[in-house]
Amino acid sequence: MSVGMNRMLMTGNRAAAWGARLAQVDYYPAFPITPQTEIIEALAEWIDKDEMPGKLVTVDSEHSMITAAGAAAATGVRVFSATSSQGLLYAMEMLYTVAGWRAPFVLVNVSRGLSAPITLESDHNDIVAARDCGFLQIHCTTCQEVLDSTLMAYRIAEHAKVRLPVIVNLDGFYLSFTREPVELPDANKAAAFVGSFDAENTRFRASAPASQAVAVLGGTPYSYFRYEIHLAQQQALAVYDEIATEFADTFGRRYDAIEAYRSDDADYVYVMMGSFASKAKAAVDKLREAGWRIGLLRPRLLRPFPEKLFQSLLAGKKAAAVIDQNISMGKGGVLHIELASVMCGQQDAPLLASFMGGLGGRDISEEELFKIAEVTRQACEEGTSLPPRLLFTEDELREVRKLQAVAHVERAELGQVIIEKNND
Amino acid sequence: MIEKNEAIIHRMKDLPSTHLLGTGTPMCAGCGGLEALHEIYDILGEKTVFVNAAGCMTLLSVYPFTPFRGSWLYTAMASAPAGAQGIRDALDILKQKQQITEDEDLQVVVLTGDGSAYGMGLSATSGAMERDLDFIYICYDNEGYGNTGQQYSGATPHAAKTSTSKGAHGFAGYKKDLFAIWAAHKPAYVATVIGAEPLDLARKIEKAKSMKGPRMIISLAPCPTGWDYDPKISVEIGKLAVKTGVWPLKEYIDGEVVHTKVPRQRVPVEEYLKLQGRFRHLFEPERDEVLLAELQAKVDDYWAGV
Repeated sequence: MSVGMNRMLMTGNRAAAWGARLAQVDYYPAFPITPQTEIIEALAEWIDKDEMPGKLVTVDSEHSMITAAGAAAATGVRVFSATSSQGLLYAMEMLYTVAGWRAPFVLVNVSRGLSAPITLESDHNDIVAARDCGFLQIHCTTCQEVLDSTLMAYRIAEHAKVRLPVIVNLDGFYLSFTREPVELPDANKAAAFVGSFDAENTRFRASAPASQAVAVLGGTPYSYFRYEIHLAQQQALAVYDEIATEFADTFGRRYDAIEAYRSDDADYVYVMMGSFASKAKAAVDKLREAGWRIGLLRPRLLRPFPEKLFQSLLAGKKAAAVIDQNISMGKGGVLHIELASVMCGQQDAPLLASFMGGLGGRDISEEELFKIAEVTRQACEEGTSLPPRLLFTEDELREVRKLQAVAHVERAELGQVIIEKNND
Repeated sequence: MIEKNEAIIHRMKDLPSTHLLGTGTPMCAGCGGLEALHEIYDILGEKTVFVNAAGCMTLLSVYPFTPFRGSWLYTAMASAPAGAQGIRDALDILKQKQQITEDEDLQVVVLTGDGSAYGMGLSATSGAMERDLDFIYICYDNEGYGNTGQQYSGATPHAAKTSTSKGAHGFAGYKKDLFAIWAAHKPAYVATVIGAEPLDLARKIEKAKSMKGPRMIISLAPCPTGWDYDPKISVEIGKLAVKTGVWPLKEYIDGEVVHTKVPRQRVPVEEYLKLQGRFRHLFEPERDEVLLAELQAKVDDYWAGV
């Protein structure tokens, strides 16, 4: 195993910034938000110290930031931006809009739960809210993967068959602020891999006037142009595989659209995205030692959704325990819904069990992963269905009850004070 | 490339005699915004990229047609100045990297209505000015959300009836002073214009074109549809807006506000109001002397301070 000179400890945020730097980005529209801010601080520092070229501009909001990012990409330069949570949602109108511009760039999202109640900690409701906007989505589990995915994302975004912006997602705190050893790719090798930006005909030049993002009248041209985005996303599946192979050949690290961990001979699989998938891997190893035939499927691509690959990887499995760090209110876990649609009507479709957990930074413990495996196997053996459930313990419920009790007492006391004052 | 403004504009006959903006747009007959845009475009020329926010003029460029000889990008209602930022920065980067020559550069022009300029887009506009963005902003101000049927906006004048202020006294609020808000940012240039005063407009646009930094233009846009008058009197309404003192023509430059056309003998405000259906309730069924006096006094107060 080569521990090269370029192996260093860095956070997920720093890895994202390095990805942009190695991709030789021209332009960085920025806006601070926890837990993403370290990315733009790193980039700003490198530019200020003349360690790299590029221009970083802090604008008034994420909505403006994505507008500036799309407009610069539509003018013909390579663009990187980063946000998180409320910022991603504040930009939502422009996510849909710039995807329609077919102006490729890369946006890093550092996942964080959504308000209300407001929190700084991680879950995936922000990123799944952007599921349908037209951006491709790559979900990461390690800091190395964040850096490597950023390089790959430029290739995919700028590919002639795709021409769409890409989001690279990492989990707040668990990855954004966790330092891991990262192999820093050689700058020349990275530059050669990413290549120079080809704006194709998406640009503004005095000699070649262009109208971009114009209105359409009626559903016919609208349907045509919107469906083209969908087709480009579907084409991106093959493009992804091609670029993942090239990346592996160049850098020796392979990232499939779905990471299949010890799943070939497995009867049961966990299905989950993001940093907590490494906990599931550890659980798989321990359960294997205890005689289980169990594995993990971790989609890196949420959009485009790797349907065929899922169908083949899940064929013949007894059950899949889908663990969502999100809730579609009134329905349930989004990954579970996606998988259900993919497996519907498939022969040998496994039982799909839905678990929601890890919301707002809540941990998912090893014991819970074991329990998930156990109840899923039991349902399988008994031929019963398994209702969706939230990972939430009795101890946690007691903690919430305590907080509520304190709140009630405080409110009652405060009310008492007000009544006394009024009686004075 | 046709450069229209080589000569300095002194008189009406110095104005461009050929016009750049194409015809056949879906704007309403008598649109005061389009009138101003025609005049502005003749001066700015085709080496421009218009960055548009949601509004009436979004319908200028409908696939596959455009009346512009230069470029266009539609953004969204709130963030056209941020779109201008992205384009300006990208063009500068491309020049710096010598990937394009100076010839290929474009003047970046934001084009929005008052709905965006006075409200939703104010944050993005403020940001662009604080960063000293090199761009021109043109607001066509028809004093309401015109494209959706003239609901009141932050630009609607006191007492005007709109589709969301149909009460006996019209709109209860007062028109926001966007000129002052913009000037408070100390940008390179702020000016008010109107299509009905083409010489004043041309001089200001020419001046703006020769400068760098944020150059901010508000054009009052008489609106037959929203203000309820016969399209053929659009120019007359525009002239009256100036002659009554309702729409002061002025500019902010180097920290000073200068009025460029001071009406010596101001025509009574009601001459402007009575031509417009949105103010008919001030005259029919009987004259609302209190409101008319209030509106006149507001204009008088303004000019007393000039």
